[in-house]
Amino acid sequence: MPDGRNGRSGRSGRNGGPESGRAGGPESVREALEGPYAQFLLSAWPLRCWAYVFSGAVFGYAVLVLLFILTLAGVALSVFGIGIAVLAGTSVLGVPVAAVERRRLRLVDPVPLADPHRRLSGVGVRGWFRARLKERATWRELGHTAVLGVLFTLTGSGLALLLALSLGFTAAPLVVWAVAPDTVMLLPGVAAASPAAALPATPAGLVGVLLCALAGGRLAGIQTRIARSLLSPRDEDLSNRVIELTRSRARLIDAFEAERRRIERDLHDGAQQQLVALSMTLGLAEMRLEDDDSRAKELIVRARGEARLALEQLRRLVRDIHPQVLTDHGLAAAVAEVALRNPIPVTVDIDLPRRLPGPVESMAYFTVTEALTNASKHSGASRIAVVGRFAGERLDLTITDDGRGGAAPAAGGGLQGLADRMAILRGRLTVSSPPGGPTELRVEVPCSG
Amino acid sequence: MLRVVLAEDAVLLRAGLAELLTSGGHEVIAAVGDADALVRAVDEGGPDVVVTDVRMPPDFKDEGLRAVLALRERQPGLPVVVLSQYVATVYATQLLSGSREDSGGLGYLLKDRVGEVSEFLDALSRVAAGETVIDPEVVRMLLVQQAEAQTLRRLTAREREVLGLMAEGLNNQTIARRLCVTESSVVKHAGNIFMKLDLDPAEGNRRVLAVLAHLRDGLA
Repeated sequence: MPDGRNGRSGRSGRNGGPESGRAGGPESVREALEGPYAQFLLSAWPLRCWAYVFSGAVFGYAVLVLLFILTLAGVALSVFGIGIAVLAGTSVLGVPVAAVERRRLRLVDPVPLADPHRRLSGVGVRGWFRARLKERATWRELGHTAVLGVLFTLTGSGLALLLALSLGFTAAPLVVWAVAPDTVMLLPGVAAASPAAALPATPAGLVGVLLCALAGGRLAGIQTRIARSLLSPRDEDLSNRVIELTRSRARLIDAFEAERRRIERDLHDGAQQQLVALSMTLGLAEMRLEDDDSRAKELIVRARGEARLALEQLRRLVRDIHPQVLTDHGLAAAVAEVALRNPIPVTVDIDLPRRLPGPVESMAYFTVTEALTNASKHSGASRIAVVGRFAGERLDLTITDDGRGGAAPAAGGGLQGLADRMAILRGRLTVSSPPGGPTELRVEVPCSG
Repeated sequence: MLRVVLAEDAVLLRAGLAELLTSGGHEVIAAVGDADALVRAVDEGGPDVVVTDVRMPPDFKDEGLRAVLALRERQPGLPVVVLSQYVATVYATQLLSGSREDSGGLGYLLKDRVGEVSEFLDALSRVAAGETVIDPEVVRMLLVQQAEAQTLRRLTAREREVLGLMAEGLNNQTIARRLCVTESSVVKHAGNIFMKLDLDPAEGNRRVLAVLAHLRDGLA
């Protein structure tokens, strides 16, 4: 388990040594028990342990009763549909109990336990149930609830009884004096004749209290260990979360991609069309003024030239956002087009049996454009080659230039961003660029879906 | 006067194009907004020439292009001018490779070109007359693409220039004027080009198609 995640690793360095109690005392009951018993007994630890164990017994008892009633009700009502719902509710009972337990654990161990559950938002009650029932943590917590209800309640109650008895013995002379002689029995059948006669019970009671303190410490130690092992996040919970994280990032990329297309569509349908219409109108005006030598015609010709420049710029912008050729004809055609515009000659050899999934396609395309831009700007290359193949459900794309090398992907923000996007697609971007060249940029992305 | 079927999904542009064509003395027999309507309008109206946008509803991909290719499949030689927002050689080659060499009457122009009203109207008439007109921008890119190919590297810079103008569909006289040389030197260049590219030096539109056919073969 990656301890660093819930902050436990910070403590391990201070664990165990005799000086661990030096500054501010031990932090958890287990550390406290590792020191000398005298030190433990003279500290506030026994009280904290008792508080933990006894509150656990009370809480456990309440939970046990609730669990019992719910299970009984669920089974009894299972002939009606509602019983199933009650049983389902019972199975997630561990979740709130565990939440309380994680807080209660702070009594004897201040390092907070991380919540093993996925964070859910806006899923509604049904969604919450469905998600929780799928998590193993939920079932571990239910197990913990059973242990709490049975074992913690029993041991806690036992200790409470012993402590009560020991305290009673310790205070025996006082009790005898306060109640009356000859009525208080210290041992069965033997009544104490006077407070003085009850005096020998006091040391026995004190020893009992000390034993109860030590037992409380031990018990608290064992209980926290059980709670920790059942309630802390495990690797599988974390890996679930990593998958969820990857999914949500993939959704983000999809949304980003959709947004790009929307912007491109808007520009195409809006500004671009307007500009074409404008230049057309200007063209018509120019034609009407055919025989006019006035300055107006000159201005119209100029305006049309400006409109054309604006159109050219807009076209370039739209292409950088999302090229239409990529949507219509796929990667090979789009790369061939971009290669034509590149200042350094590019040979394109992309041979794919079919169209790739949309995200892979656009990611591959933008990798090529980024690589071509970088190579043209910095490498001093005279030739660039783009080779694309499909190897076992995987796109394998290589962009090589004969430049001077020394490209650092970390420095180039564009490549870093692409590498991030690639990681979401479970792909890989590798850059090999020894000083003196050549620079090779390689993309490997699975296309199975 | 030409009878024109116009397909363009942007209302503003459709109206503008219709006005432009009308002011050029042509008759717009139908102005439609999607590929299906385009096919219907051509079937019903029997136009002299079709002017269409590449990108149209419903998917906003290359519906317009595919519609005219399908139309030409049924009516070989139907003159078609395709307007594109993009300098994409792939659409031009798609259009060209979907046509037989003798079917003629093809135009692929950038939308910006409609601003040059007289040039646009001239291109339209030439396409209607069976010629091939490819946007200079697209031709330039096709040539760049081909410059990588071995055969085209055998041409001199001037010969490549002449080839480009030929591919645009210009005749020797116009080419000579553009390049400020005599017509006879253009003829000489053309002869050299055809020889180097192993092309049949036939005159007129066939010549353009031969050049374009060569270019697109190199692309395949």
